[in-house]
Amino acid sequence: MRGISKRFGGTQALRSVDLTAEGGEVHAIVGENGAGKSTLSRILTGAVRCDAGEIRLGGELQAIANPLRGRQLGIRMVHQHANLVGNLSVTENVLLGCMPTRRFGWWIDWGAAHRRVQQILQRIGFEGIDVRRRVARLTAAQRQVVEIAKAVAVKPRILIMDEPSAVLAHEDLAKLFALIRRLREENVLIFYISHRLDELYAIADRVTVLKDGALVGTVDPRRTQRDELIRLMVGRALQDIFPRREPKPGRELLSLHGLSRAGSFKKVSLAVAEGEIVGLYGLVGSGRTEVARCIFGADRSAMGEMRMLGRALRPRSPRDALRAGIAMLTEDRIGDGLILGLSIRDNVSLASFPAMSRWGMLDRRRQGALVQAKVRELDVRPPDIERLVRVLSGGNQQKVVLAKWLLTRARVLLLDEPTRGVDIAAKKEIYATIAILASRGMGILLISSELPEVLGMCDRTLVMREGRLVGEFARQEASEEKILACAAGGVEASHAA
Amino acid sequence: MRPEGLETGLRRWWLAGAEPRLSAHDLGLIVCFVGLLLAGAWFAEAFFTERNMSNLMRQVVANGLISLGMLLVILTGGIDLSVGSVVALGGVLFAGIADQLGIGAALAIAITCGAVAGLVNGVIIARFKLQSFIVTLATMGIARGCVYLYTEIPISPSHPGFRDLGATLVGVVPLSMIVMLICYALVWFYLNRTPAGRATVAIGGNEEAVRLAGVDVQRTVVVAYMLSGALSALSGAILVSRLGIAQPSLGIAYELDAIAACVIGGAALGGGAGSVGGTLFGVLTLGLINNLLNLVGVKSFYQDIVKGAVIILAVLLVATKREKR
Repeated sequence: MRGISKRFGGTQALRSVDLTAEGGEVHAIVGENGAGKSTLSRILTGAVRCDAGEIRLGGELQAIANPLRGRQLGIRMVHQHANLVGNLSVTENVLLGCMPTRRFGWWIDWGAAHRRVQQILQRIGFEGIDVRRRVARLTAAQRQVVEIAKAVAVKPRILIMDEPSAVLAHEDLAKLFALIRRLREENVLIFYISHRLDELYAIADRVTVLKDGALVGTVDPRRTQRDELIRLMVGRALQDIFPRREPKPGRELLSLHGLSRAGSFKKVSLAVAEGEIVGLYGLVGSGRTEVARCIFGADRSAMGEMRMLGRALRPRSPRDALRAGIAMLTEDRIGDGLILGLSIRDNVSLASFPAMSRWGMLDRRRQGALVQAKVRELDVRPPDIERLVRVLSGGNQQKVVLAKWLLTRARVLLLDEPTRGVDIAAKKEIYATIAILASRGMGILLISSELPEVLGMCDRTLVMREGRLVGEFARQEASEEKILACAAGGVEASHAA
Repeated sequence: MRPEGLETGLRRWWLAGAEPRLSAHDLGLIVCFVGLLLAGAWFAEAFFTERNMSNLMRQVVANGLISLGMLLVILTGGIDLSVGSVVALGGVLFAGIADQLGIGAALAIAITCGAVAGLVNGVIIARFKLQSFIVTLATMGIARGCVYLYTEIPISPSHPGFRDLGATLVGVVPLSMIVMLICYALVWFYLNRTPAGRATVAIGGNEEAVRLAGVDVQRTVVVAYMLSGALSALSGAILVSRLGIAQPSLGIAYELDAIAACVIGGAALGGGAGSVGGTLFGVLTLGLINNLLNLVGVKSFYQDIVKGAVIILAVLLVATKREKR
């Protein structure tokens, strides 16, 4: 690729980027949100056309005018948000557009189709998925696997993976890496886009760093220190992205006693105190999110007891939970956190209308002042509250969701993967905000699959496995190995609750 | 603050918010509207007469009120097919009761019944999470049945004030037009300046996010259907008052013109997008087309063809606007 440029409206997404990569190479592309990683991959697949520059494949000049042409050239992509048809089976999704047929192509050969997808799943090391199941009923991690299977159903020449690991648990990640290594041996070129530096060091042969749409450089991860890489990405050194805190837990705010919900979790007991950050770690599917949704009243719990400030809590809806002083930032900000077509003003005030209206009418000035204050406090950029949420970057969108919940003046904040898909700079800001909230006496339950995040932020960490609480670690005794072993079930933790 | 020049002031107004005040779609609509006015002036001598203008305004009121209610429902991501039947319900009730109870009471009862019909729609749809298309298709039939149950023959009341609502002119402007514009102003205020209204728009954008924000989604949706029913019934009352007679077959297929007006005005049938101003323009554009083709003496089936083409054109404009993002 030479001199690739792309402009979207007023923003220059890519500025004359040059990139060379060879078959049999895992080429990582890193950069903050909005650095141009996605645009570059979309140009390569033919989803968008570049304004200037040329692409050569095996020395030959190629104009990849549309996605079909990209596929014909053997360029496939694993999308970050799985791009699947929910109402179709796994088989149909994997083989979309190339289902095996019989009788001159008039009938679909279902038997052959299912067998073929089973084989593909086996080949890539994820055989545990029922190929007849509708995709809508799969977990996020399973969907990601289907997305990967779809991309490698036919052996690609170039495979682009955009944050493939975001929803994968640890063991699945190992399988994914095994697959990538196998493809590398088969001379496939793999572009690996990720925020997680650990993964780059584990898998990448070369790392290309983009910043603000321009190429910063291509480096060899074996010879580049982590700090150096972060400095290249962010443009400045990041000593420590986790803020220093002096936790002073006060009285108990929220407590659960033997909370159970059929099919998702059993006998969960925990407590969150004022000013405390409690971590809830577990592999995907361990029931962490379900517990939080129950506390928030988004789902109803079957059995057990919840108490908030000593009073019994039985939220029948998020409305009840909010009234009791509990707010929840959900893991999927696009799916159930934001209304993309509305402004920052509307999104931030959505959960606090009563505080800004009188006799059923909105007090626009008061609303503006409240929203503006939160937007400034969290440093949402741009700080223009009439801006549509759709045009903001991932990190800023997340800040908008956070602002919405902070405006409710909740006492307990449930955070479900608050930094997913957010760049390092925004992550740091979000961590700082969480720390400030805790220091002001808010109780925080932080759900995360990122161990560094849990270790860096939490005063206590609870570990869930298969719907049960299986361990609790105080800050001093927590370590990556201990928590992981506990969550994966390798070793029964001695601290089991 | 230091005073700013006219130019920068204008530019700031234009660019307030993330996008310019007027999108390509809005401009297209305005061009189309002005084009129709010019065409009217050019082709039909009778167009720019006082009489025709009053007539035109009187004609658009019925669809205008129905479209306004339809907009509320479409914003929540639903559709209300029962409006035509509710128009008839409101019309025959108004005409049927006017002689006994007087105009005011009859009007109140008609509107209340319309709101109740909307309440039924809304509760079934929101409470049981059913598709609005199917539910309102069913209630469309039920409401029409109720109308025939009430009267199988046209009603023409003898009350002297019966025709006031539809026929009175204030200068050149019909009273009904003023009523309609007041309704538009009220709904604009509801959608833009009240929590419930903002929630209505937000529900069409992402219902789950609104629910998780602690907003009573069910109540908000029910209110949208109730307003749709009430406005349809009011439309029916005005319509029979204008015609002087209430046919039980009134309002058949009126839902189509209402949906068309909303869509021409930029509303997305998926919900979450659409505006009161746009809908008003949509209503006027459709009304103009009808009026012009009538004046020129074009047969009604040609009118249908032209209207269909305009709708597709409008949707195309909306689609190209989205693609640009």
